[in-house]
Amino acid sequence: MNTVLILDALVAVQRSILANESQIESLDRAIGDGDHFINVRRGCEVLVAMRPELHGLEPAAALQKIGLKLLGTIGGASGPLISSFFIAMGKSLAGLPEPGRREFAAAFTAGVEAIKSRGRADVGEKTMLDVLIPAARLLSRLTEEDAALPELCGQMTAEAERNMLATKDMIATKGRAYFLGERALGHIDPGCKTCEVAIRAVCDTVVQQELA
Amino acid sequence: MKKFINDIDHVMRESLGGLVEAHPQLLRAEFEPTFIARAERAVNKVALLSGGGSGHEPLHAGFVGRGMLDAACPGQVFTSPTPDQMLAAAEAAHAGRGVLFIVKNYAGDSMNFQMAAEMLELENATVIVNDDVAVENSTHTTGRRGVAGTVMVEKMTGAAAEAGASLMECKAVGDRVNTATASMGVAFTSCTVPAAGRATFEIGDDEMEVGVGIHGEPGRRREKLKPAAAIVDDLLGPILADLRPQVGREVLLHVNGFGGTPQMELYLLYHCAAKQLRALGLEPVRSLVGNYTTSLEMAGASLTVTLLDDELKLLWDAPVHTAALHW
Repeated sequence: MNTVLILDALVAVQRSILANESQIESLDRAIGDGDHFINVRRGCEVLVAMRPELHGLEPAAALQKIGLKLLGTIGGASGPLISSFFIAMGKSLAGLPEPGRREFAAAFTAGVEAIKSRGRADVGEKTMLDVLIPAARLLSRLTEEDAALPELCGQMTAEAERNMLATKDMIATKGRAYFLGERALGHIDPGCKTCEVAIRAVCDTVVQQELA
Repeated sequence: MKKFINDIDHVMRESLGGLVEAHPQLLRAEFEPTFIARAERAVNKVALLSGGGSGHEPLHAGFVGRGMLDAACPGQVFTSPTPDQMLAAAEAAHAGRGVLFIVKNYAGDSMNFQMAAEMLELENATVIVNDDVAVENSTHTTGRRGVAGTVMVEKMTGAAAEAGASLMECKAVGDRVNTATASMGVAFTSCTVPAAGRATFEIGDDEMEVGVGIHGEPGRRREKLKPAAAIVDDLLGPILADLRPQVGREVLLHVNGFGGTPQMELYLLYHCAAKQLRALGLEPVRSLVGNYTTSLEMAGASLTVTLLDDELKLLWDAPVHTAALHW
């Protein structure tokens, strides 16, 4: 993994988020307060715009810069959570100019753990962690097993989609949907949808780079 | 969407610009990062700092001034502000005796203020406001929301700070007002976040959302409209069940409009609610009626009751000079 891959992934994530605008927005209108998509879009815009600044940095430094930028840009609950994710990933990769797959998997897990502790949430609470925690576990396992990259990415994407859909049957205990009680049933968590879209975009970028 | 807008990206900046241009003796604005502070920094007192998503005006920037807040950090519409804003505002407003953050209890606001408190090198403390009884409290969840009772917390804590209370004394007053305060609201319409361009939720002409929050998020249940007195009973029930006041207790009754309900109806609600409180043996001896904690153009209102004692009455009556509240 290198910084060029991170920068390509940012562009891919932004493209996918924009392509899924209406679905993400309607999920947030159903059980959120209507600002999730706008915040995610703003975050993507500033990251894509800061690519020239990130170019040439080691992945650890680039990820930390991304985290700090998002902390001052997104606001809401997603701001501190997403920025904690990137800052923890950067910390985990410190001193590694070209981290391998194992290091990346460990960094991803560290990032997800940071969201968990900042948000004091866990799986089953109808938040983005319902996609992210299983994603981190699967990534670690497949990395241990030395799965081929296209196979790994295919499984990651499928797992994210399955877990995103499963939030439909959950009652929220954290996040804005919590205020709805049982009325949140039957709606996918918008944060999970965003994470699923992002994971798919990153996986596609990784596979394309491998093939190129 | 019918709104007064020049450019969707400049709504907040132009609105905050207007606020400080209309009250130049009271307020000044900074935009990199964004915060509103008193035109002149206070001297030798605890600095009170609040903030939250925009769309609730006049909360919080309208309450910056003598007797209330020292600075406020507005976020994007319905979105918590960021730690860099809070740090800059704290640096600009602190007056030698520490910084008290007043934070409405939402996941985003709590986390951003918590990160700011961790990073701030000045002595600081935080009061969390969670007056909304529509949401059940639990240690396993985000807990109750902070809504219109925030104004009572900011006013009374502000008066304490102005009178020279220490940081810990101010925090104790804020916590005490929060505990003595409960609110619940009902919405007749949804509202439209300017950048989203359409209503956050759909609601029929003859329906209302009971237990609604202040972000256009749906409430706990939807019902058919009913007479105002019956709605007042539905709101006061959970409020009083939470506060459990003794007979004869003096209270402050706050009727808060969400932005789209006229004063005429708000006073009608006050009439019904005060009558109901008196029937239950309580004495509404202080009042506040108007649009103070809004949800953009949402039609609807919330009731807030604060149990008073001599100290809280003095703090409520103390002079205040802000854009939205002054006596």
